[in-house]
Amino acid sequence: MSNAAKARPTLRDRLNIRERIRDRDTAVYGILIIVAVLFPLVTVYATGGTALVSHATRAGYWVLLAIGLNVVVGFAGLLDLGYAAFFAIGAYTYALLASPQLASSPAHHAVHINFWILIFGSMLMAALFGAILGFPTLRLRGDYLAIVTLGFGEIVPQLFYNFDQWTGGINAVGLIDQPLLPAWIQGPWSGDGDFKIVSPFSFNTDPVAFYVLVCFLIAIAVILVTNLYRSRLGRAWMAIREDEVAAAAMGINTVTTKLLAFGIGASFSGFAGAYYAADVALVSPDNFLFIVSITVLVMVVLGGMGNITGVIVGALVMYYLVFYLIPGLPENATSLASSIGLGSLNQSSGDWPGLGEETQRLNFIIYGGILVGMMLLRPQGLLPSRVREQELKHAAVLEEASAVEEGARA
Amino acid sequence: MRSGASALTRFRSIALGGMSLADYGFYILCATAVVLLLAEAVRDTTNFAQTLVFGLTQGAIFALIALGYTMVYGIIELINFAHGDVFTLSAYIGTTILGLFTVTEGSFTALNLVALVIIFPVVMLIMGGINVAIERIAYRPLRSAPRLAPLITAIGMSFFLEGVMFLWKGPATVHFPNILPQWTTTVGGVFFGLKDIFVIITAAILVALLAFFINRTRLGKAMRATAQDRDAAQLMGIDINRTIAATFFIGALLAGAGGVIYGLYYNTVYYQLGFRTGLIAFTAAVFGGIGNIPGAAIGGLIIGLTAAFSDSYIGGKWTTVVIFGILIGVLVFRPTGLLGMRVPEK
Amino acid sequence: MPESTENILELTNLTKRFGGLVAVDNVSLHIKRGEVFALIGPNGAGKTTLFNNVTGLFTPTAGRVVFDGRDITGSKPHQVARLGIARTFQNIRLFDYMSCLDNVRVGRHVRMKAKVWDSLFKLPWERREEERVTDEAMELLRFVGIAKHANQYARNLAYGQQRRLEIARALATDPKLLLLDEPAAGFTPQEKVELMQLVKKILSRGITVFLIEHDMKVVMGISERIVVLDHGEKIAEGPPDEVRKDVKVIEAYLGKSA
Repeated sequence: MSNAAKARPTLRDRLNIRERIRDRDTAVYGILIIVAVLFPLVTVYATGGTALVSHATRAGYWVLLAIGLNVVVGFAGLLDLGYAAFFAIGAYTYALLASPQLASSPAHHAVHINFWILIFGSMLMAALFGAILGFPTLRLRGDYLAIVTLGFGEIVPQLFYNFDQWTGGINAVGLIDQPLLPAWIQGPWSGDGDFKIVSPFSFNTDPVAFYVLVCFLIAIAVILVTNLYRSRLGRAWMAIREDEVAAAAMGINTVTTKLLAFGIGASFSGFAGAYYAADVALVSPDNFLFIVSITVLVMVVLGGMGNITGVIVGALVMYYLVFYLIPGLPENATSLASSIGLGSLNQSSGDWPGLGEETQRLNFIIYGGILVGMMLLRPQGLLPSRVREQELKHAAVLEEASAVEEGARA
Repeated sequence: MRSGASALTRFRSIALGGMSLADYGFYILCATAVVLLLAEAVRDTTNFAQTLVFGLTQGAIFALIALGYTMVYGIIELINFAHGDVFTLSAYIGTTILGLFTVTEGSFTALNLVALVIIFPVVMLIMGGINVAIERIAYRPLRSAPRLAPLITAIGMSFFLEGVMFLWKGPATVHFPNILPQWTTTVGGVFFGLKDIFVIITAAILVALLAFFINRTRLGKAMRATAQDRDAAQLMGIDINRTIAATFFIGALLAGAGGVIYGLYYNTVYYQLGFRTGLIAFTAAVFGGIGNIPGAAIGGLIIGLTAAFSDSYIGGKWTTVVIFGILIGVLVFRPTGLLGMRVPEK
Repeated sequence: MPESTENILELTNLTKRFGGLVAVDNVSLHIKRGEVFALIGPNGAGKTTLFNNVTGLFTPTAGRVVFDGRDITGSKPHQVARLGIARTFQNIRLFDYMSCLDNVRVGRHVRMKAKVWDSLFKLPWERREEERVTDEAMELLRFVGIAKHANQYARNLAYGQQRRLEIARALATDPKLLLLDEPAAGFTPQEKVELMQLVKKILSRGITVFLIEHDMKVVMGISERIVVLDHGEKIAEGPPDEVRKDVKVIEAYLGKSA
């Protein structure tokens, strides 16, 4: 018994460490929520415009994409290199069924379905295609799946391009409907006049509306995916990722389980696609090339595969790098040179294209270098997944169990 | 869903006369394609033969790139996304080196011949060195890291190399000197030149050298052993790091030659060329059964021909769909590729 | 077959060929309900291949596998597991980057009912099932004596603990028949004794045990009947004492080592 008594403090110490580990994810969520709330307030106040909020909105659908791809790659261990295809399917589903586009197609009839319905329609459509692609191919060895998805990712945008009678091809689908809020939200209390409680909240005019919407969508997505992660299905995915043969020997139907991962991942992409189409109101095949699939994959791997907070952070960091920091470099370099009295650098002369242009040319190198460097420094990703602490109740069980074991040994 | 999946498995396992139905499906598809092509060949022989020449030439270049993909995949199971850019970079280096000679474009002088003889080994060796360095910096430190980490660094290296080319020669297309003999002829209305013959023969020689190297030399055998089972090879005293470096070196030799040949043939390159070409060459490697060296060569030719026939008969905008559609079809019907062997699961 | 009530597993003329190689050659055997049955033989005799044929990893080239009165020849691994055969692997195959608790809970998978929608929205019955399964998994971890490692990655366990975890994971599927592939490989004498105790405990839960083992002390100590394989063929069958004296068995072993 004295052994058991001695074992307790050390065990408790260990539990405290785990407590902190568990807190990491909670803390990240807390920070993300605070930042999400403060971001529009601060930026609108500081810059007087909503350009940064629009940026954040766009970062939002990359987060959605990364959360979805994480189900496929991080949970189930299936390498999907054609994820953008499902994004495209979702975006085009919304774009075609909520714009004047079909009026000029052989159907001669424009369709305008409500955003709130169609966002689920897009989701289902993408999931359907995920299942159609996954069904014959998920039996393949891991990397062959990567190649099939890569092929699919190449085919889909090309098809949208080729069937230009329907999709407008390279001319893109434009004038896409923007979401409308249900009347009860836009009630008199939000209207003009002296009694308004909140300022008008319209998707047609206010980028903040889209920002709020994407934050809600992400929150819902995180909750649902976390639920799945901590369920029978989530464990089956991870078992397949770790060892497919052993998983099958434990009674997991590997084909169905992988198909579910693939379908759910695809539906996320479709969901994000519909949202994207509604936000930018213009959808062209060029928005869904291989580079999109790669960028999402980088977000997932760099953030920490399998860990939901990790991929969210990874997506935000990558978005900041790829769409904000690096494209902004030439301008920043130019203004920096001017402000420190080296303005002459900005002029092109002879072989020198000017500092801005030269920085522009460095973009690829910077981006590639960052990818290599970050991966070398943190091969597991920024926030790798860790063992999740069980509910408190089981911590107690644990303590008791170890006491029993120690006691038996003594 | 469950019954559907098992129905598919049952469908796959039905065997008639020693072949599964999936195999029949595969052969029927192949036969249909051949019959359609033959019909086209009879209808318009000239166009068919012209497409054939073009397809073979382009296929030979795909084959050279595909070999690098397949060798690297065979040995460390990495889809080396930077390989296509190694190919493009070699064309960039090639055109720079040719700039040092006062080559004559449009006709064939003695100096052109000298330049031609020098440029191949020089570019190939430079590329070999670069690729070994890439492996050392970006892949070797991650050999025991999670499987996708080296994939991301490969993508990073791809961007990096594209960035180097962009920085070096700018975003526009770059001219590659046209120094091959300009002799052309038409046989029965089919137009072809010494260039076409040059491409095909050079590629064939390189593939033959590679086959010799892999099958006959000590290092080649070490490479095959490492690809089979890295741990066992290590126990047998094979230096794994050296063998993997050698694989990257040889892969880059072939891609380097491919880049020079591409430049000599098309006379124009641009920094993002390798991205798409690499994807297609990779498809070729998969088509032939990834890890399988003769498979990659044949896969390259077939993809080259497919692209050419698709361009000619179906229309250029469908070529992507055709190539990747065939890729998916092959993997569904014949998961180990055209020449891949069926391996029992462990 | 009327005797199916007594025999939990019957193999009839089981044969597995890989190309020209005959890994399992026309082997027939039966395992009685509630016994410990051992399969022994020199390396490469086809023991693990036989296991793989029973658990659906391989489809037999010829012959039949009857489990609990039901023909399971050529069934998929997950179907076999559902029917009640669980196994461990010769070279431990745990889910490395999952906690021990999760490893065992994966074993419960096949006895759980939660569907996607239940989990997606954390419906009350899904929650209750999760809690119940967690308790059951903890109970199994305690049963094999590694409960205090419940929240560690499986890969961080010591070798002997990993073997135990694999057994716990297999037991989680509620098997009628447990296949153990060299469970004592690499064990110290002390660990071997503990393993034998564990097997007896498993037996007392009403689970039949079918094991492959090299260590004769373990085999002789716990098994009631033994079958000896050599080059894929069955060369002897019977109680340990008989088999030990069998001339062919001695030849198969000594012939190898001489």
